[in-house]
Amino acid sequence: MAFPIAQRGLLAALILAGVASAVSGSIDPYFLDVVMGVGVSVVLASSLNLINGFTGQFSLGHAGFMALGAYTSAMLSTVVAPRLGWSPALLQWVFFPFSLLVGGLLAAAAGLAVGAPSLRLKGDYLAIVTLGFGEIIRVILQNVDAVGGARGLTGVPTHTNLFWTFGSAALTVYTVWALLNSTHGRGFLAVADDEVAAEAMGLDTTRYKITAFGIGSFFAGIAGGLKGYLNPGGFSFDKSIEIVVMVILGGMGRHAGVVFAAILLTLLPEGLRELGSRSVPNPFGGAAWSLEWIKDMRMILYSLLLILLMLMRPQGLFHRGERRRQRT
Amino acid sequence: MTEFLQQLLNGVLLGAIYALIALGYTMVYGVLRFINFAHSDVFMLGAFVAWYSVEKLGLPTQSIGGGLMALLLSMSVCAVLGVVIEKLAYKPLRQRSTLTVLITAIGVSLLIQNVAQNSRLGFGPNPKAFPALFPSQQLHFGTLTVSTHQLVVLAVALSLLGLLYWIVHHTRIGTAMRALSFNATAASLVGINNDRIISFTFGLGSALAGAGGVLYAMNYPSIDPLMGTLPGLKAFVAAVLGGIGNLPGAALGGLLIGLVETFVSGTRLSTFRDAIAFGILIAILLFRPAGLLGKLKVEKV
Repeated sequence: MAFPIAQRGLLAALILAGVASAVSGSIDPYFLDVVMGVGVSVVLASSLNLINGFTGQFSLGHAGFMALGAYTSAMLSTVVAPRLGWSPALLQWVFFPFSLLVGGLLAAAAGLAVGAPSLRLKGDYLAIVTLGFGEIIRVILQNVDAVGGARGLTGVPTHTNLFWTFGSAALTVYTVWALLNSTHGRGFLAVADDEVAAEAMGLDTTRYKITAFGIGSFFAGIAGGLKGYLNPGGFSFDKSIEIVVMVILGGMGRHAGVVFAAILLTLLPEGLRELGSRSVPNPFGGAAWSLEWIKDMRMILYSLLLILLMLMRPQGLFHRGERRRQRT
Repeated sequence: MTEFLQQLLNGVLLGAIYALIALGYTMVYGVLRFINFAHSDVFMLGAFVAWYSVEKLGLPTQSIGGGLMALLLSMSVCAVLGVVIEKLAYKPLRQRSTLTVLITAIGVSLLIQNVAQNSRLGFGPNPKAFPALFPSQQLHFGTLTVSTHQLVVLAVALSLLGLLYWIVHHTRIGTAMRALSFNATAASLVGINNDRIISFTFGLGSALAGAGGVLYAMNYPSIDPLMGTLPGLKAFVAAVLGGIGNLPGAALGGLLIGLVETFVSGTRLSTFRDAIAFGILIAILLFRPAGLLGKLKVEKV
């Protein structure tokens, strides 16, 4: 079959996700949870990369869109799904993707609503508006009893599996990649590089910004739906920051770099946790040295690492040379 | 009517504290054009320094002298800390993009929070009861009840705001600060040592945040390592609301956020008060994209 390379990559990723999902029964549940978390992070980081990296906007509210998608699909699963009387397989393979899609569309609608003010606001002001929007969503979710209030939604049936998380991750990366490499997609880069020049060339910069917000939020909504457990605290400002850090460490506007950074930053805390439960043999004989302290220190190490990286490699971990002209 | 006046008073007090923190954000933005996310953690440390000075150094509680000592101590510690943070984390990045500095600031903020939460290195995660620094008493003016702590907050906040205004407008270093924020290159051309002024700005802003932390803690029963996040976020909102980089704007923004929050707390919508602060911000920015007192810069091609 004459598929272009990117489509082949997507197909291979989907097949791989399907195979991995088929054998997932024999994987340790904790490990499976971590691996699925990686998939969700990839979706989040790649979609934010479209907004913050490629289009040059600055959103600090990605967690808010994620929350919208998460609650929508969870409500569909708890309220609508039981009334259908479908078999578990049908729920997992037909209803779940449908609920993800609805969650994504709702988040996209919200993204479009936030994209509209971005016509007038730039830089820090845009950042604070998106931050405010994310916080508003969280506070509302925390106070509406129908969705569990501050306790969060409990008893949500989990339909997430490796296929859906990695399939979505592959689809997100592919969509962002294909979009940026289309004729239409060059416009996003132009908006990021020099908005005034782009406008002078006859590009509708407004439309590009809004499109970026819409598509980015759509995938954030899907990522929310993929996350199994829900409490409003999980969608706070800190979560948005975490995603922004992934995008920046990956090198803003790099496809592979951001995916790697998402994987790395999701595995790093888990890796340090694991390391903390081990001990190293004492070279001088005697009792082995416990690495217990790492458990306490892992968040400190994480933040120190972040600062050191910014001081030494501010262009991101995976940035090779200059691809685009730096703006002054 | 009484209730209205009471709420008005509470709102002004809360607003004054927000204004103190917001001024730090806005001053740093004025000279360096970036949002110092670690500011809210300096605010938290301010409260903890006061706590330590009472619990460990044995400063007397319930006394005006002891209270002022604790306040001064935490302001000085915070000022030194602000300068150290600037020298270590932000100064090496002077020529880099704003975004790099922003992420570093987030890293510094996370570092302070996590060190503070660590039981061995910092204060541990549990909330601590905050002592009554100043003599506490309830005063009655007609039907209005005012605690002496509230009066202290008002007096300290107003004098600090006045002091700041004097420094910025009537001293050499203040003039240099304004020159730097107006045009950094031109400022260094006329012989202003930019690095020194930036350090001074950080010190000044952090001292105000420290004072804000002590005042905030005095009106709340306990302090914890994450207490800075929400007030910090709201002060930041206040700074943007007034027009970031604009000093009177930050004070006005802080006052507005404090008032709105207090009045909303008194209604049935109280649990939504954090959302409403942001809602107002978004509404105002849609109509005045540069904030209430900010000037919109016309982009030249």
